[in-house]
Amino acid sequence: MFDMIMKDILGTPAILVGLFALIGLLLQKKGVADIIAGTLKTIMGFVIIGAGANVIISSLDIFGKMFNKAFHLSGVIPNNEAIVAVAQNTFGMETALIMVFGMVVNILLARFTRFKYIFLTGHHTMFMACLIGVILSTGGLKGADLVIFGSVLLGLCMVLFPALLQPYVRQITNSDDFAVGHFGSLGYFVAGTIGKYFGNKESSTENIKVPKQLSFLRDTSVAVSLTMTILFVIVALFAGQSFIESKLSGGTNFIVYSLIQAITFAAGVYIVLAGVRILIAEIVPAFKGIADQIVPNAKPALDCPTVFPFAPNAVIIGFIMSFLAGLISMFLLPALGLAVIVPGLVPHFFTGATAGVFGNATGGRRGAILGAFANGLLISFLPALLLPLLGTLGFEKTTFGDSDFGVVGLILGFIMRLF
Amino acid sequence: MRILVVCGNGLGSSFIMELNVKKALAELGKEAVVEHTDLATARTEKADLFIGANDIIHSLDDGTRKIIALDNVMNVGEIKEKLTPYL
Repeated sequence: MFDMIMKDILGTPAILVGLFALIGLLLQKKGVADIIAGTLKTIMGFVIIGAGANVIISSLDIFGKMFNKAFHLSGVIPNNEAIVAVAQNTFGMETALIMVFGMVVNILLARFTRFKYIFLTGHHTMFMACLIGVILSTGGLKGADLVIFGSVLLGLCMVLFPALLQPYVRQITNSDDFAVGHFGSLGYFVAGTIGKYFGNKESSTENIKVPKQLSFLRDTSVAVSLTMTILFVIVALFAGQSFIESKLSGGTNFIVYSLIQAITFAAGVYIVLAGVRILIAEIVPAFKGIADQIVPNAKPALDCPTVFPFAPNAVIIGFIMSFLAGLISMFLLPALGLAVIVPGLVPHFFTGATAGVFGNATGGRRGAILGAFANGLLISFLPALLLPLLGTLGFEKTTFGDSDFGVVGLILGFIMRLF
Repeated sequence: MRILVVCGNGLGSSFIMELNVKKALAELGKEAVVEHTDLATARTEKADLFIGANDIIHSLDDGTRKIIALDNVMNVGEIKEKLTPYL
């Protein structure tokens, strides 16, 4: 009986997160129907993430073979959804436990320190929990040590990163109502700082005309499909028709085959996002409800697009500049002996746009341009440096995208080596 | 009445907006089903009202949907003001 509880219930991540959702729903004193629905949906969300992971892996595997044949290098596509989904097979339990107890630590820190931030970007909480779990496990930590150490770390990330950004967020929003809780913070902080010293606040991006046509890339599915299609087709052309049609596609035309593989990757990301959405839809409200009761005057730390409406032009400029830095980095990385990090539209859009908004708030046009460019360099080099620390997970041709994952991973990896 | 709150990823900001819309409805003393999703899925969903940030929500505007564009997604006052005509 005890074995069954320990091994099968707590050892099955899907059941574990369902259990957490159940506790959360009970604490919120929900009705029976809500409790049953919420618990089942949470478990289903977790299972959907696993299903999406399989779709992503099949496509990444083929991309890896093509890339290798074409350039004799390892090409990596940073995508948080992909790496976290893939990691759940091995690190599901660690991720779930660190995530939930990290939220508890976040509430305690907000209650007893001057950092009153409650980190409400649930998917990033999950991604960071996963990264911490992977690095600590790879470094040799296990069991209670791993969960305690990991949760404290995650809780610290959940208050310190928003605190770091808050002076700039006040400038963007002209208020102190909310904070930015998104693990691209380092890029935004660098952008805001560059803007402060090298820019001119008076010449705002919002005084220029910027074509609005690029906003269709805000749709993640479109952005992923488009990037992957361009990427797959270019790599396919270099890998050559004969190789692909004889070794991979079983005779199907190599361009058609590449197109389908690209869209398969996008479909996988879409599935994972749907799973994550269902999963956090139950967990975050419980977290917020409990935090609101325990922490008076708590400040919500929110996803990065909440600052986009404050400077829509900076969003477009930031994305373009960050992406440009990513393209340039793609050629710099192999020269330095690092893996080729293929710039993804999604990480560059979300973090580049946010960096643009930060840079514009402190240093106008020049701040937005330089700040977002710096962000683009960060999210190219940090993922490449992080790769060797992910152990066997590092061979999956994908990695974490945003800057804080890289920073936290590198610092943790360094600490783990000391023991 | 079903209200769908939309953002590019359907994860973070639409979720926060959903909480704010629910708060606005409660303050107005009205009832509605409020859910959040991403742009791609929103195009396939039926709802009485679509709400999102002003920089992306217009891509859903094909003349068949009722749409509310928010300037500040955290401003419950603004949400109340823009919701009221539709309730």
